Amino acid sequence: MQAVKMVITGPFSAGKTQFISTISEIKVVSTERSISDATRHVKKATTVAMDFGRISVDESLVLYMFGTPGQRRFDFMWEILSEGMLGFVVVVDSVRPETFREARSILDVFRSYAQTPYVVAANKQDKADAWEPEDLRIALGIDRKVKVLPCVATDRESVKTILLELLYSVLELTPD
Amino acid sequence: MALKGNLHDFTITQLFNLVNLAGKTGMLVIETKAHNAQVFFKDGKLVQSHLDQDGQNNDLVTILLKAGKINADQAKLVRQRAATRTDKELALLLIGAGYSNQRDIVQAVKDRILESVYPLFAWTEGSFYFDSNQISPDEQITVMLNLENVIIEGTRRIKEWGQLKDDLPGLDWAVRFVDKPDVHLRNVQLTVEEWRVISFVSPKNTLRQIAAACKMDDLQLRKTVYRLLQAGLIEVMRPTAKPPILTPSPVMATGPSQPFVTPPPPKVDRGLLNRLIQKIKSIGE
Repeated sequence: MQAVKMVITGPFSAGKTQFISTISEIKVVSTERSISDATRHVKKATTVAMDFGRISVDESLVLYMFGTPGQRRFDFMWEILSEGMLGFVVVVDSVRPETFREARSILDVFRSYAQTPYVVAANKQDKADAWEPEDLRIALGIDRKVKVLPCVATDRESVKTILLELLYSVLELTPD
Repeated sequence: MALKGNLHDFTITQLFNLVNLAGKTGMLVIETKAHNAQVFFKDGKLVQSHLDQDGQNNDLVTILLKAGKINADQAKLVRQRAATRTDKELALLLIGAGYSNQRDIVQAVKDRILESVYPLFAWTEGSFYFDSNQISPDEQITVMLNLENVIIEGTRRIKEWGQLKDDLPGLDWAVRFVDKPDVHLRNVQLTVEEWRVISFVSPKNTLRQIAAACKMDDLQLRKTVYRLLQAGLIEVMRPTAKPPILTPSPVMATGPSQPFVTPPPPKVDRGLLNRLIQKIKSIGE
């Protein structure tokens, strides 16, 4: 059995757990804890270690998805999670520009871990206040070569598109 | 879709950069507790702006009058004739009466736009939104100003502002004349603004009070006071020294705490990737 891994990262409350839940064939193994600090108004619980989802291709191949902890005090986990990853998705909450700086910082850290392809998922595009993906690209200072894609993490087709685009990016860099 | 947020998270420089790079058309509205500004863009260029600040009259006639392009009598006559005092109507009256020409009017509009936009670079608190359905009002004269230049000058002014703030950290301080000026006072030539400030120099008046009395904004006053300080004419009366404020070190690290050897990407072949792609495509079908 061969296993490959993708990492789903992004700032606190960006929608990483939802992203994995929407596409995973198993109930996401989530290590959520209730929140007792100032971030309580954003969400009730957050991922403290990692989320874990799976897509079985066949008997010999399985894709694992690891969601990184949302809060930076758990960033010691990132390095471990990023080892051997095929690529990563940076999920950004398009309606919370106050998290863009954090998203950029996370992106830089993951790029320093491994030179693997990545895509940016501009999540919550179904919300009226969502920034457009191209505006997000400029706000985050993301190169034109990198895909910044509209995303609604609750919508399976949307999540499929993100994963497929990441795989296409990996494919482009893989020799025949 | 909306482009909205807070200046605390997204600065004016970043916003203008975004508008410039994306070639946006529309109106940017910035609201703070004290002020409100509307800035209009077309294809990523600055075309018009309005800054609601201290109820100052900044119509075309006032700008030309301040610039010395028309005299007070001409300004009065044009204002009496104007029904609405919009830019376009005032411009037509000014040109029709032979008081001004197109070149001076366009320059006056440019100056007004820039002078209303540069203060925005100092705004660090407040909310903003971009409305791509709003364009500059028809009655306004628009010009196309390159945003890159505006950003460069705005940023330069912020730096200058920072230096002035360092030299004059608070407007609650006072200034007084030095006992023995180093300069020959006969040789000192003061501008109108400097004379206005000089007339209020007293240990009893704070800089804030002087700014209000001279109808100057913070930056104007600081520049003027700075020049007078540099000339050795006045000195700042410093308040009792306060202990330094200790700022916490950044809580969040921006990278791995120890050197990290970048692992090579995993070796996968195209066949494996194609199997993954086909599987994901088939989910839900």
